[in-house]
Parts: sequence; C-alpha cells; structure tokens
Amino acid sequence: MVTSRRVFVGGASALALLSGSSSAFAQKKYSDGATDTEIKIGHTGPYSGPASSYGQIGKTIEAYWKSVNDAGGINGRKVKFITLDDGYSPPKMVELVRQLVEQEKVLCTFNTLGTPTNTAIHRYMNQKKVPMLYVATGASKWGKPKEFPWTMGFQPDYHTEGVIYAKHILANVKDPKIAVLMQNDDYGKDYYEGFKEGLGKDADKIVKHVTFEVTDPTVDSQVIQLKDSGANVFFNIATPKAAAQAIRKAGDLSWKPAQYLNNVSASVGSVMKPAGFENSQGIITAQYLMDPTDKQWADNADMKGWVAWMDKWMPGGNKADANHVFGYAVAILMHETLKKCGDDLTRDNVMRQAANFQKYKLPMLIPGITINTSPTDYYPIQSVKLAKFSNDTWELFGDVMSAEGA
Amino acid sequence: MTASTKKWWLWLVLALAFLVPLLRPVLPDLVSDYRLFLVSTMMIAAIAVLGLNLLTGFNGQISLGHGAFYAVGAYTAAVLMDHLNMPYWLTLPCAAVVCFMVGYLFGLPALKLEGHYLALATFALALAVPQILKYKWLEGLTGGVQGIVLNKPEVPFDLPLTEDQWLYYYILIVMVLLYWAAANMLNSRSGRAMMAIRDYTIAASTMGIDTSLYKTVTFGISAAYTGIAGALSASAIAFVAPDSFNIFLSIKFLIGLVVGGIGSLVGSVVGGIFYVLVDNSAQALSTFAKNDLGLQFDLSAYTVFGILLIVLMYLMPMGIVGGVYYLVQSLRGSLRGGRAAQQQAAQKQPAAR
Repeated sequence: MVTSRRVFVGGASALALLSGSSSAFAQKKYSDGATDTEIKIGHTGPYSGPASSYGQIGKTIEAYWKSVNDAGGINGRKVKFITLDDGYSPPKMVELVRQLVEQEKVLCTFNTLGTPTNTAIHRYMNQKKVPMLYVATGASKWGKPKEFPWTMGFQPDYHTEGVIYAKHILANVKDPKIAVLMQNDDYGKDYYEGFKEGLGKDADKIVKHVTFEVTDPTVDSQVIQLKDSGANVFFNIATPKAAAQAIRKAGDLSWKPAQYLNNVSASVGSVMKPAGFENSQGIITAQYLMDPTDKQWADNADMKGWVAWMDKWMPGGNKADANHVFGYAVAILMHETLKKCGDDLTRDNVMRQAANFQKYKLPMLIPGITINTSPTDYYPIQSVKLAKFSNDTWELFGDVMSAEGA
Repeated sequence: MTASTKKWWLWLVLALAFLVPLLRPVLPDLVSDYRLFLVSTMMIAAIAVLGLNLLTGFNGQISLGHGAFYAVGAYTAAVLMDHLNMPYWLTLPCAAVVCFMVGYLFGLPALKLEGHYLALATFALALAVPQILKYKWLEGLTGGVQGIVLNKPEVPFDLPLTEDQWLYYYILIVMVLLYWAAANMLNSRSGRAMMAIRDYTIAASTMGIDTSLYKTVTFGISAAYTGIAGALSASAIAFVAPDSFNIFLSIKFLIGLVVGGIGSLVGSVVGGIFYVLVDNSAQALSTFAKNDLGLQFDLSAYTVFGILLIVLMYLMPMGIVGGVYYLVQSLRGSLRGGRAAQQQAAQKQPAAR
C-alpha cells in the first residue's frame, strides 16, 4: 500500500493533465480505505467543548451516509463513516486524525471543523498525501493547491466575503465613512483583510476600526466609539452574540448607518430577533445556502427534498438550525465526488475529482451559485448573493456576486 | 523487602519500554507509529501529572491551573524554535527555567491563600493564560489565535528510527530522568520537609522549616515539571494555539492525579497513562454502545468517561496505585491471616483484628 501511494505522488497540477483519462474506469484501483464493498471516510467534530453547537453538522453528515447506504451505497460500495469527538482541541485533533489515517486507514478525511484544529493537521495530511476535503472553516488558507495539494475548503472564505461587501459599499453608498467592529481573532482578521483589499485605494474611507474579544460580555463601548466617529457605514464582523448586541446598541443610540453584517451571524433566530426587528431593518448580508426559515424557498424542490430527508433521517432535528442544511449540502458534495471516482478509488483520483467540478448545482445552494473547482482553484464556493433584512426575514436582491466579478 | 520488589518492577517496566519499539520488524502492526505516538502523549501527560503531584500530593497545595504552566512551557519552546531556530532539545531547560520562575512568582502571593482559595486563584490563572496568549502586544511572538506551526523533531545521528520512534525515546528518556530526580528529591531532607509541611504546617515550622520558602520553591519545581511536559507536547504535536490549553486541560491533570494516586510517583505515571487511555476508549465505548449494541439514545464520550470515573472512585478511592497496593496487602493479609487463624485455632486463642 505504501508503495502504491508513493507511485501516485504528484501535485494537483500534474494530476490535472491526467484527468482526461479519468472517465475510463477500465480497472479497479484502490488506495487505503477503499475495497470492492466499502469506502472508509474519516471525520472529527466538536461534539463536546466550547464549539459543541457545531456538533450538529457531524450528526447530519452521519445520518446522510446512513441514507446513502440504505439506498445501496456509492457504485455498490457502502460508506463507512467514522466520526470522532475532537472537543475543538488541536492536540486531540492530531491524535484522532493519526488514528483515522494510520489505524483505521481511511481513504480521506472530510469536513473536519475549526480553523485551529485543521491548522494542526494541515501539514501532516499533506505529508501523508491523504485528501483532506471540504474542511468546515472559512479561513482563506485552505485553498492553496501549490503548497497544500491535498487540502480543500468548502464555504466562501471570509476574505472573499469581505471583498464583496467593500465593492458593494463603493458602488452604492455616496461618500462612505466606514466604521468596523471586529472580533479580535483570525476569523475577524480574515474578513477585515478582505474588506480592505476590496476597498483598494479607498481604504482610507475606514474612519474607525475597533476590536473586541469573543469573551467580552458586551460591545456597548465599542459601538459608542464607532458612532462618535461620524461614520455612515457600519461593518459588523462578529459572531452571533456580539453581533446582536451591536445591532441593538446602534438602534438604542439612534445611529442609522448603512449596516453590513457578516454571513456567520446572519441567523434570524439567534441574531436578528434578539437584536430587535425594528433595529435590524435594512441590514445587508451575504448568503450562499438557502435559509430554512426563509419562506420564499418553501416550494423549492431542493428545500422540499431536504425537509423530507430531515423527516425521515433526523426525526426531531431542529429544522430552523442552518447547521443541518450545511451538513446535508457538504455531504452531497462528498457523495458526488466519490461517485465521480467510479472504480478508481485512489487518493489522487479523489483529489483529482474534487478539483474537477464545473458549474455543479449542489442542492441547497441559492439558485445561481454553483460549485467550481480546478487544479488551481481549491475554493468550491466563491459566489454569494446579497440579502437585505426586511420585516422578519432576509430578502435576496441583485445578482450573484463573486470576488472577481463584482 | 517491599523497596527491592518495587525496584525490580520498575526496572522490568523500563526495560520493556526501551525494547518494545525495537520489535517493529517482528510485530509491525502492534508497534505502529501511531501506537508509539499515543504512548508518547501518555508519557507527556504522566510528566505533567508528576509535576502536579509534587505540589498537591507531596506538599498539600491544590492547583486547578496547571494547564497554564503547561501552556507557558509549550509556548516557550514554540517561540524559541520558531523565532530563534533553537534545537528542540535545548528548549526543555529553557521552558523549565521560565516555568520555574512563573511558578515561583505566582507562588509568592499565593502563599497567603490556603486550600480552596489557592485552588480558585490557580483556576483563574488557567482561564487567563489562553487569553493572554492572544493579546495584541504578544501577538508578534505567539502568533495570536493562529498559533505557531512547528516542525517535528528530526532523528539525529542517522539513527535507523522513524520520527515517532525517536520522539518516543526522547520523551521516555526525559521522563525517566525527571522521575529519578523527583524520587531523589523526595527522599532527601527537602522532600521530607515538603511532606512535613503537607501533614502539619505549624509543626513543620516549629521544627525550623522555612515553610514559605519551601512552598514557593515547590510551586516553582512543580510548574517546571509541567512546563517541560508542555514543551515536549509542542514538539510532539508540532503546533501550539491558545485553543490547545483550555480549562479542560487543567482538569485532566487533576483527574490523572486523583485516579493515579495522590502522593505516589508511580501513581502519577499510571494517572497520565490512564487519562489518555480512558479518554480514547470512552469514545470507542460510546460508538460501540450506539452502533453495535443498538442503543437508541446518544451516550456521549464524556458520559461514558464520567461513569468510568465514578466506578473507579468507588472501587479504588485511593487511586489505582493505592487500590492495587491495598489489594496486594489484603491478599497477603488473608494468606497470613489464614495461617495465623490456624495457629490461633491451635492455641485456642481469640483472633485479634
């Protein structure tokens, strides 16, 4: 097995040259983790610890593979999905992923969650040449095929999203004076860097930039500082609790700037409602997945399919929790990738197929957004649609935007 | 007699620990890189628990915050390797010195605090350290939330070992040295002074022991041990981030300490091994209960872990080493007791308990 893995050494760009022949599934080829009857996929998620609310994603994915196996599996092979609890701890993650790769001998890992945790295994996975697919984090470092040909992200990265807001502000707000509230960590910085890049030479339009710690009880004083700067645009880079506090405080101060809210906190239930609908009108955010609470999708075929799937495979699951939509969508993408591999279930073919999606319409993506990857493009989703909050829900408007196009 | 049997045991375990990784050509699956890595993490945990045991078990001061010293040790090593390109083995004494000073300085004001109050103060330390590591002014050094990515130690002198085998030996040697040093220290006047303070502080001070000096120095040594464990983990994991050192880490060490046996050096090692082992098997048990036994509800790994702990505490309230010792004693006792009873029956005297 070791030798066969070494034979297939090669950067993704080299693999791309071979992709023409990938349609001919002449003989069966396997790496570790794949046989005639089974495909082994490894996963870790925070079922315990500070980020355990994301544990729902892992449960949804597990249920998804059950539903796939129930329908006969992938090209006749059952999926063995091994999911372990990393507790959002990087050292634990290293231990578990080594267990998955070296003991369980999985074909690939899939949708491992968290920026620090994935950073801890980033180099290891690429040294071992094991696909680390569709990681659940929006940091921009997961799409670097030259340095890390075995790692691929999934969701639009924070950097791209920041660029898109900046472009929208420049195109729509006259004489913008921008105030930024930023959570002081890598996630906040990724957004801010992208935002500044999008502003380009207009970066001096940012008149005030204040930060807060995720552990701060309130962000009131920060919002007061932002208001005093006389800004007419407010970019809110915060996770749900602080985002809701900031929106409410701005409303209390009768500060009425054009508000932009990062996608991470675009939840109606956990942000807009506690912030007060009267304070939330007109806030702009970016979306790429259909929101299960958004009534406009009620008759959409994808949404209906998801609801039916939830009823059958996750009875009792909270259908307002967007994590279920996320897990379901990303699992379908993995399913599709493995389907495309056919009988060539080698690790390099898995990577080759993952880097070979053209305008693939992944269920639950907002219509118009598609999956596009190539040996040089490891960001599957790079487009979003802007939405404005009105009454008690998000209303999409405008065209699909991407970092390059807008 | 007991001392010599104990020694005999230790030598056997040590010989096994050194020889087993060399069995790889014979048993490649059993002695895999992953297994060796797992044992390495157990030994790291053992060193950290050993440090805590010096403080709590032998000096009677409670700490809920040893994760903080572990973090300081890990970051000291990481920063030195990352910024100064210091070789990994040289970071150990540096981490030890830094942690000794941090521990000593923290021990000074903590002297005024006893028992539960000290526990709370150390708890606060454990909560604060990950936040401090993210602090703006330190970010250039610590890498902020993103942490520092490191290289794994390379095998020196072209030894025919894999990275994980070498890491295993490296950590094993460090652990043996630290264990030996701790055992010697505890056998000396200083060690007896430490224990005297634990047992009766006032009596110890009337005998001329400088209690505050001993307490602060013990705090420093304990922190240095745990800091070395942290530095080793930075090498083994090849990555440090504030998220690696949450409050659970300190609780882990405490569990390892209590489970292994408070006030026992062997207990520290057993506790460290136990923690990693049970933490992992709890997860396996939990999936086993769900998938193979067809349990309807989710039994989380932490639930299983909790149940195991409670059972263990009921069966062996003195920790594993205490429990085994008790078991051996009572077995011997019942043998001897049986013989004694026969003699007593022969002499027709009532049995004395």
